[in-house]
This record gives sequence, structure tokens and C-alpha cells, in this order.
Amino acid sequence: MTRKKITAALVGNPNSGKTTIFNNVTGGRQHVGNYPGVTVEKKEGYKNLGDKEFAIIDLPGTYSLTAYSQEEVVTRNFIVNDKPDVVIDILDASNLERNLYLTIQLLELEHPLLLALNMVDVAEDLGVKINDSKLSQCLNGAPVVRTIGVRNEGTDTMLLAAAEASDNKQSNGFKLDYGSDVEEAIKKLEPLLAALHNEIKFPVRWLALKLLENDANIKQSLAKLSNSDSVINECDKIRVELSHKIGEDVELFVAGQRYQFVGKVYQQIADVRDAHAITTSDKIDKVLTNRLFGLPIFFGLMWVVFNLVFTIGDIPSGWIEDAFGKLGEFIGNAMSDGSLKSLVVDGIIGGVGGVLTFVPGIILLFLAISILEDTGYMARAAFIMDRMMRKFGLHGKSFIPLLLGFGCSVPAIMGSRMLENPRDRMITILVSPLMSCSAKLPVYTVLIAAFFDPSVAGNVLFSIYILGIILLMIMASIFRKTLFKGESEPFVMELPPYRVPTLKSIVLHMWERSSLYLKKAGTIILAASILMWFLTNYPSEVEYSKDYEALTVQAEETYTRQVSEDVLAPLNIEDVEQNEQLTALVGEIQDVNTEFDEATAELEEDSAEYTELETAKTEKMQQIETDNPELYASAAKYVELTASLEEEKTHLENEQTGEKLERSYSGQLGKFVEPVIQPLGFDWRVGVSLVAGVTAKEVVLSTMGTIYSLGETDENSKSLKHALAQDPNLNPLVAYSLMVFVLIYSPCLAALAVMKRETNSWKWPAFSLLYGTALAWVVTFIVYQGGKLLGFGS
Amino acid sequence: MSKVLSEFLPGEKGTVKKVTGNSMIKRRIIDMGVVAGAVIEVQKYAPLGDPMEVKVKGFNLSLRKKEAEMIEMETA
Repeated sequence: MTRKKITAALVGNPNSGKTTIFNNVTGGRQHVGNYPGVTVEKKEGYKNLGDKEFAIIDLPGTYSLTAYSQEEVVTRNFIVNDKPDVVIDILDASNLERNLYLTIQLLELEHPLLLALNMVDVAEDLGVKINDSKLSQCLNGAPVVRTIGVRNEGTDTMLLAAAEASDNKQSNGFKLDYGSDVEEAIKKLEPLLAALHNEIKFPVRWLALKLLENDANIKQSLAKLSNSDSVINECDKIRVELSHKIGEDVELFVAGQRYQFVGKVYQQIADVRDAHAITTSDKIDKVLTNRLFGLPIFFGLMWVVFNLVFTIGDIPSGWIEDAFGKLGEFIGNAMSDGSLKSLVVDGIIGGVGGVLTFVPGIILLFLAISILEDTGYMARAAFIMDRMMRKFGLHGKSFIPLLLGFGCSVPAIMGSRMLENPRDRMITILVSPLMSCSAKLPVYTVLIAAFFDPSVAGNVLFSIYILGIILLMIMASIFRKTLFKGESEPFVMELPPYRVPTLKSIVLHMWERSSLYLKKAGTIILAASILMWFLTNYPSEVEYSKDYEALTVQAEETYTRQVSEDVLAPLNIEDVEQNEQLTALVGEIQDVNTEFDEATAELEEDSAEYTELETAKTEKMQQIETDNPELYASAAKYVELTASLEEEKTHLENEQTGEKLERSYSGQLGKFVEPVIQPLGFDWRVGVSLVAGVTAKEVVLSTMGTIYSLGETDENSKSLKHALAQDPNLNPLVAYSLMVFVLIYSPCLAALAVMKRETNSWKWPAFSLLYGTALAWVVTFIVYQGGKLLGFGS
Repeated sequence: MSKVLSEFLPGEKGTVKKVTGNSMIKRRIIDMGVVAGAVIEVQKYAPLGDPMEVKVKGFNLSLRKKEAEMIEMETA
């Protein structure tokens, strides 16, 4: 069966239940993209009904159709340029007066229009009854249907009515009378515009009105046409004349007229039982934005969100990390050594795993955000925080993404899309990496443990966090005054009624956002991980300063000789296994050693617990010695020799890895940047770590581990701490400078990739990388040189 | 008696006389239904004293005091 195709565009005020209807009608069959050139999301879904196939476009929620916001321009351009077969205007019946203001403007676009009175149940609960046939009558017979979006009631009827409305290619001829002065001006303009009308798709009367309103966007598109200069000049003249006549801006006059008309219509169609009833929503609001409890409740909820994203999200992240670790091991064992294996295991599996570990946190973040949004609390959060955030050029809503920045910049940047104004969004995106994210923490802790006394450790760490926040405020104010200047975004904002969100819309929301992250950011992160793998592993053929293989062989030979001289010869055997008692004893001694090493792995050597365990170990050894007086010495010697061979081999291996890294492209890069970072107290080894740290900040630590020839390193590593503490180039001042630098410099690759996705351009991630690194250099320079002047540099 | 909306106390009610000031914010205020003749009742101020919440045409609207200064009101 071939179905008749009908495109329907959903338009309506924010919070009118438009998206709920869209989700309920289209289910999972939707596609999310962006309108070209703007960050407004484009959502399209499909639905088959009878012999018709509906393509439904969810246009952004708007209150009006002016040129002041991207959303409004997208909406009106879509209706005029893409010519959907029908426009469905979703109206919140419980808030009809303001909703009808948009309806009037939609009717003026002269396109087939269906009105869907949504949330009629809510309206009736509030004691508001709407007479739909009267409404239709007032608007020149525009068809009206009733829906309850949350329960998916009336939506099929809505689509069928829309199909019917689409058959009338003509508009219903609705015209609002703006009074004789305006109408006269329109009459003068219409013939001028009709001459241009072949090239521009907007209706002539609408164009005339918009030009009288001095609509910047329409003027721009007119200016592009040939021969339009005289028309535009004429329009300007007529507009100025008109505004003198009516004594105010035409734009505001026109808006006022529309509201007057709407007010009259509303009085005729609505039967309001009690206009001053205090709603349940008002009662909830009295508590949640209370002068005393408002802030504590807000911070409590933020604490819950933060923990949801980072504490609970860490659990599945850990599973994913483990699973990919195992997968890497498994594939690594199945493949023969070589660069292909290294690419697959370290580059691809490591990279994909890195992308996926973010996913649980991101899913939970979007769960939290959509719950906050759908319940109506998000607007209140902004209401509560606005005064504080405005002080440094941000918006009340910026608080939530910035708070998330303490966990990770990726959700912080993604969360900033809840800010509608592009300027506020950009500033929030650009400053959020200045928060000390959780990946920077291990770098701080190791450096602090290596260079600072435990009594000041907490203060040092705290000072870094505070430095980040202070810089964030400074940079936000600077960005507001330079890059994103102009009028600050007004806080004229609807505080929607509190509602119980539907599971379906929350789940869809979560899925949409998370899959976008995977698709867009994921591919960039993966590509970048492979690039970093290449930089740290190539060139693969390196001329080493020592012949590591020969040294290893030599160490093994020495070992064999010593074992046979000191252990085997005296007992007249050729192999340890020839003497069962000796073999058992060696095993016993090794067990005691392993047990001790495991127990003390995370202890300080001078701690009481460590000493206690050491005494216990010595006692056990003495016990073994007493039990086996004749063989103990040989066994102990054997264990000692074996251990020192292992140590020697690991040392050589690490030294070789370190040297390979030094000669790799990233090592060369580190050497290349050395002169630039020398004034900050850093040598090339720090340079390599910082370069590698762009992949992810915790990589700074593991790279330092490799360079300091220690093999695998993490924040619990005592050996890295010791190696750092002993390095002559490092001291507390350099360590602090390094922490400052790590705090500020370029966001990690994942954050840059998400920035690219959210801003739809490479310009901003590039800018963020450069400004972050430049700022880091300047601040670190001040810290290091200032510290040296004050005598901290030794 | 006439005064601007930002001077209203919670619970106070009045009618909009005129919206003054710069065009973008003004436009936004008017698009939200704050036009001459509209009845506005102040609900509350945010915990930090700004912005404020008002009820107009049956819905709740928040605006900063600076923006509310642009709304000239007639008290009943």
C-alpha cells in the first residue's frame, strides 16, 4: 500500500506539552539533527496512520515569532521555506491566553493551521473550560481539536484533522485589524513588496508587518535581493512616519494589539471558575523557592545529582573499564607481538573503552537533567542562583553545568545546552574546563604527597580548587565583556507549573542525548586516541643508548652462575627441584614475602602499621629458620637472587620504555616545547607528560610514570611519589606550578570533541585549547617566578 | 497611585500602565503578555533577593528587578 505522505510541523510555547505529544506519537521513530548554521536541534519523527504516512517535525518551543532568538527564526523560516503540508499549533489550555498570542502570528504566516488544545484535563482541574467551536469561530474557522498529550489521548484524531486541514492549500484568510494607522501603512507597502514577491516566499502582508516592526532578519534577506534598496528605504520612511503617528515603536504597538485581540477572544471562549485559586504548584513552589529553605534544598538536590553522575556512574564505568581491559588482554594474547597488536590493544580498544567509560555518567546526567527539566525545577534553580551567577556574567542556569565540571568537563559542556541563550551557553562552555575535574585529582594527590607535608596537604589541594573557581569567575567576566558582549540575556522567563514527568519522555531524552554523544564525540575521541598512540609509540625503531637485550641476557647469566655457586653446589644438586624440601621452603618464604608486599602496598614506610607488619614478617621468617636450620640459608639466598633478577629485568625494561618514549614523536615534542616551559620550572619530561595529558588529564601521571622508568603507574603508586621526590629538577614550587598548569591548560580531547559537537564548529575547541594553554602559562609563570622571588624555589 | 513593578511587595497587585526602556528586553517582556492593562500579582522574591516572581495572565513569570523597573504599574 502506498501511503499518502503528509509533513506536519509542531509549533507551540515552551512547556505546552509539544515534545510529549511528539514523543508519544512518533515513539522511537525519530531522528535528531541540527538546523544548518545554528545550534537549534532539529527533531523529525514518523507515524503511519490509516492510508497516510506522517512526517512530523518538532520545531523549537517559542513564545513569539520575532527575530530575537534563533529558535523563533528557525520556526518561521521552516514554515515558509520548507512548506510543511500543515502546521499543528499545540496550545496549553491551562494557559491559553499567552499561547494564543503565538497562534495569531502563525495564522499571519498564511499556512494551513490546526489548533490542538492540549492539557484540557489540567485546565479543567484549574476550573477553566474552553469552548472550542467558539475559538474556531473567532479565528476565522481554523480547526480545533482536543488532546491530552501525557496520556496520548486525542493524538490520532489530531493527525487526521491535520491531514484534512492540509487539503486546504489556502490559508483561512485570517486578518487581524491593527487599526487605521498601521493598516494604511501596510497598504502602502504591499504593492512595493509584491514586486519583489517572486523572489521571497513570505506572505506579502506578513512581510509588510515585519518591515514595519523593523525585523532585522527580514531586512537582511530583502537586502540580498536586487533592486531592493529603494524598497527598503521607502519602508524605513513609512515606518518612522507611522511610529511618530502612533507615538511608540511600531513593534511594541503591534504586539500590544495582538494581546488585546487575544484578550478579547479569551474572554469569549473561556469559562473561568476561580481566577485566583492557589494551585498545588504554587504550594510546592512556596517551599522549594522559600527564602530560608530555597538555597539549602537547591544545594541538597545538586549534591544528589553530582553523586548520581559521579558516584553511581563510576560503578558501571568501572565494569566497562574492566571489560575492555580483559578484552585487550584476550586479544593481546591471541595476537602476535608487533605494531598491529599494539594499535589494536592500546590504540583502538583503549580508545573505544575510554569513550564508553563516559557513557554511564552521561546517561545518568541526562536522566537527572530531564527529571529536573520535566518537573519544572530547572527554571527554579536558575531563579535561585541567578543573582550569584550574574555577578560574573553568567546566567542562573549556568550553575548546574559548572558544578558538574567538578566531576568531568564532558557532562559539564553537554549540560550547558540547557542554556537557551547562545552567549550564555558559549561562556559556560568555555569556562567549565577551569573546574578541577576528577581526572586532575590523582595528579594533584601524587604531587602533593611527594612534595608537601601531610599537615598542609589539604590546604594545598583546596587552594588549587579555589584558584580554578576564581579564574573561572575572572574569565567569565572577561568573555562577557569582550567576546560575548552586548545586552545581557534578560531573565524574563516562565516558571512552568510543577508536573510529574512521564517515564517515556525521560527515557527518550536520555537515549537521544547519549547516542548523540557516542556518535559524534565518540568518533573524534577514537581518532584522537589513535593519533596519541601513534605519537607515543613511533618511531618504533629507536637507537638506544644501551643494548638492553644484551644487558638482560647478561643479568640472567650472572643469576644462573650465582645460584649454582651459592645455592646448588653446596648441596650437590643441579636444580632446586631436585631437593623437594628446598623447593617447599622456597615456596614458603616467597609466600610470606608476597603476603607482606600485598598488605603493605598502600602503606607509608614510616607508618606504625608498616612497622608492625614488618616485625610480624621477621618473626615468621625466624620461625621458618628454626624449623629448617640446615636448608634455610640456601633457600633464602635463592629467593633473594631470584627477586633481584626480576627487579633488574623490570628496571631494564622500564628504562627502555622510558628511553623509547623520550625518542618518540611525543618525546620530541616534549623536548621541542622545553624552552617554552622552562620559565615555569618544567623540563622536557614534564613537557611530554603535559602533551600526552591532552588525551586525558590523568595520563599526565601515567606518562610521568613511564618517563621516570617505573612502568604502570596510578595514584596509589608509592614508587612514582619517591621517584618524583628524588628528582633534582623538582621541588615543592615546581610541583605546585605543575598542578596549576594541569588545572588550567587545554581541556582534554574528550572535552574538546564535545565542545566541537555542542558549538557545531572547530573554532571553539581550537580557541579553548589555545586560550586555556596561554592562560595556564601566564598564571603558572606568575606562580613559579613569584615563588622563586619569595625564596620558595629550593 | 503609580510605581514600578520592582517596588511591589509580595502579594501586591496592580495593572500594567506602560513598559518603558530598551527594545529587546522590552519586546521580551511584552511577548510574555505584560502589556498595558494586564493584571500582575507579585508572588515572591528569590532567596537572594533578586529576581522576582509574578503571576500574569494565569502563569508564573520571573524577571530581574532591573527588568521589573521598566514596567510602570497602577495600583488598585
